[in-house]
Amino acid sequence: MSGRVLVGVKRVIDYAVKIRVKPDNSGVVTDGVKHSMNPFCEIAVEEAVKLKEKKLIKEVVAVSCGPQQSQETIRTALAMGADRGIHVEVTGKDYENLGPLQVSKILAALAKKEDAQLVILGKQAIDDDCNQTGQMTAALLDWPQGTFASEVALEADKIKVVREIDGGLETIKVNTPAVLTADLRLNTPRYATLPNIMKAKKKKIANVKPADLGVDLTSRLEVLRVEEPPQRQAGVKVETVDDLVGKLKEAGRI
Amino acid sequence: MANPLRGEVIKLYKNLLYIGREYPKGSAYFRERLKSAFMKNKDVTDPEKIKKLLARGDFVIKELEALYFLRKYRAMKQRYYEQDK
Repeated sequence: MSGRVLVGVKRVIDYAVKIRVKPDNSGVVTDGVKHSMNPFCEIAVEEAVKLKEKKLIKEVVAVSCGPQQSQETIRTALAMGADRGIHVEVTGKDYENLGPLQVSKILAALAKKEDAQLVILGKQAIDDDCNQTGQMTAALLDWPQGTFASEVALEADKIKVVREIDGGLETIKVNTPAVLTADLRLNTPRYATLPNIMKAKKKKIANVKPADLGVDLTSRLEVLRVEEPPQRQAGVKVETVDDLVGKLKEAGRI
Repeated sequence: MANPLRGEVIKLYKNLLYIGREYPKGSAYFRERLKSAFMKNKDVTDPEKIKKLLARGDFVIKELEALYFLRKYRAMKQRYYEQDK
């Protein structure tokens, strides 16, 4: 066992930012918008770092796919306690078409190359809400998967995972190597403080191209339209109870 | 003038300034408050008192971290999980 954990981190538009759709409906506005690490990826990083602090694993490697700015996200992961980073550089058209399938191919290739014992990802990203990358990575590697994990315990050569499922919890045991995806209640991620960000600058980030990993990034999906959700209709003020009853009758509510 | 704790105080100020960038009411609002809070105690020279103030600053950092976490957690919970009583 290598004791190495691969953690995927995604750079997304910050959760607190109001999302705007581009006027031509081709996507959302990303220029000049604050980006940060996907909250579920933060939980994944925290879990890996916790496992390392308990000395159950030896090394935490943070991976991100995307343009130059993705390095900031990796830096945040390093500040949270990851040991080193891998930046898979994907730019321009390829980045626009980068979906869960392409990312999972990259992650699967890296997991093999780095001889990882575990791959921990966030259950989904808050930008595309796909919730597929972990599952696809497990499928491509033919490894067991523990998705929506709300509790993870390493036991010898097995991992006990408590999963959040509809209306309750499910406890499973999987063999290693495995792919885990983090749910919201798994842990409370630590904050990347300024001193830690500074210290993280000394840690190494390797730059890799998808071609070096032998990964083909062609996408089979085409985005047709991106639209804003329907706006909420304005309400009306009524003067009297009779008006109210009349309006409600009109709307067919009573 | 050159207090041995001077470096510590500057470090605390920098850390607070950094963490304040994410403050919900905006970093400008936070910076103003931060500066006035530090200026209020600029004449403190007693090392014991400065140490107490530094500890208070560290406490504020901890509180802010907790605030940010809770804010994010609540946002995620509202968006992705059904509200169950």
